[in-house]
Amino acid sequence: MQTILEQSLQTKFPEIKFVFSEYKNLIEIKFDKKYLTEVALFLKDDPRLSFSMCEDLTAIDWATSNNRFSMIYILFSLSNKFRIKLKVDLEEGEKVDSISAIWNSANWAERETYDMFGIEFNNHPDLRRMYMPEEFEYHPLRKEFPVMGIPGSLSLPK
Amino acid sequence: MKKLVKEDIHPKIIQRLLSSETEISFDDALENEMVLNMGPQHPATHGVLRLVLRLDGETVVACVPELGYLHRGYEKMAENMTYYEFIPHTDRLDYLSPPANNVAFVLACEKLAGLEAPVRANYIRMLVAELTRMGSHLVAIGALAMDVGALTVFLWTLREREKILDLFDIICGARFTTSYTRIGGVAFDVTDEALKLTKNFIDQFEEKIDEIEKLLNSNKIFISRLEGVGVVSAEDAINLGLTGPLLRGSGVEHDLRRATPYLFYNEMDFNVPTYKEGDCLARYFVRCDELRESAKIILQVMDKMPKGEIILNSPKKVLPKKTEIYSKMEELIHDFMIVNYGINPPAGEIYSAVENPKGELGFYIVSKGEGHPWRLKIRSPSFVNLQSLPKLVVGHMLSDVVAIIGSIDPIMGEADK
Repeated sequence: MQTILEQSLQTKFPEIKFVFSEYKNLIEIKFDKKYLTEVALFLKDDPRLSFSMCEDLTAIDWATSNNRFSMIYILFSLSNKFRIKLKVDLEEGEKVDSISAIWNSANWAERETYDMFGIEFNNHPDLRRMYMPEEFEYHPLRKEFPVMGIPGSLSLPK
Repeated sequence: MKKLVKEDIHPKIIQRLLSSETEISFDDALENEMVLNMGPQHPATHGVLRLVLRLDGETVVACVPELGYLHRGYEKMAENMTYYEFIPHTDRLDYLSPPANNVAFVLACEKLAGLEAPVRANYIRMLVAELTRMGSHLVAIGALAMDVGALTVFLWTLREREKILDLFDIICGARFTTSYTRIGGVAFDVTDEALKLTKNFIDQFEEKIDEIEKLLNSNKIFISRLEGVGVVSAEDAINLGLTGPLLRGSGVEHDLRRATPYLFYNEMDFNVPTYKEGDCLARYFVRCDELRESAKIILQVMDKMPKGEIILNSPKKVLPKKTEIYSKMEELIHDFMIVNYGINPPAGEIYSAVENPKGELGFYIVSKGEGHPWRLKIRSPSFVNLQSLPKLVVGHMLSDVVAIIGSIDPIMGEADK
């Protein structure tokens, strides 16, 4: 499966530099974020791969000054019973393309990522906060947000 | 009751609810389309789920779910505690199936740390996970029946679930928040007596589920309330990322116990029930069939369960026994190190998913080689399944919304994390 994946991606997108790695039976494909939607569409529509399900997507805050965030996409192919992971790096304040038009399941997951990390998504149909109230100013899962919370950041009910 | 005014709903939700040209009056409900706020404190939403509905008469035109009323920030908390400390918190995710969540989390930790639990421990894990599945589905069936007006079934299914909770009391030492599994094994061994009681329970269970089905399957009101309501096609279900009974009710034969076998599910003989219709009734049938399949698995597990160790002997990763801590120096040191600094799995990122009663429960864990996870993402089935709600309810009556929520069976503890 891994060789099929590598071959088909390299032949389809010769201009993109893919980095393949494997850890504990999960293949990771890392590439530049501007190709995200093309690669995602290809992975979904190619009959040999057909990653029809986007199980999860999330971000990681590395708390570093460059490449601060990584976006993680976990895809599952029902026909091949195979799972892969896509990874794209982001700078702080950078936007990434939404994949919610490709997999509808990404819609709320992207809203959650926006809520928790403050990463904004281009072309998202409804980018609101998922859990926290709209008035909340911070993004709780960023590493600089204290575990105890920030006093006064949540207004009391009227 | 206080009247709903425009200021009660956030402008962004209103914007989402209404198309640009609609005229809605909040003052006179009978005049035209109206906005109805359902929840978060509503008996039919199974917890603190809030729906803002736009109604034309009694027909739902648009629906916006609002989550977050039970958000406790578990992902943030997990980054500040050791892997062992997080096990009790998994009880509070899907609070109808704590042992299954425990199993899912320790499997992820073991994958990350490269440990393998003893054979008997893994069989015990399967036993509690399947018992949990039965308990969870019983509540789902009962609550669905109650939502459409059949109260008796709820009492009957809860009576059966009570027996499962009593079994958990004997096996895990707690009825509800079990925290039963440990990294590298389980907390206590199951006694022969407990296995006998489980066997007795399974033996009488078949009859009870027949009774429940007799009450519902020939009930004209129950059938007509659910048939053709909330239909989702197989294609949409996959695209929406639905898992569990919702996906199988739409005719997709996908079960992680089969697709990516974990524990010893590949040695078990069981069917994956699927129905093509994709409506609320199909999901009810899937749950009923899964009850029987789980009973079948439990009998096989008890047959095949070998004697032996229940926890791995790996002093640097697995907590030693209490008696040894008090009598041996080496064990005391290891206990101190594990409790205070954690098990320090090697740096890496893993995703581990299991088939929970509600669907796929996955943990994405990033370790930097420290005692605490750097990032722990919970992929909760209820969260993803709830996402289909706005698509399912549109065009149905207001009373069908209740039935559709019941058939999705969301648990807000898990959806809100």
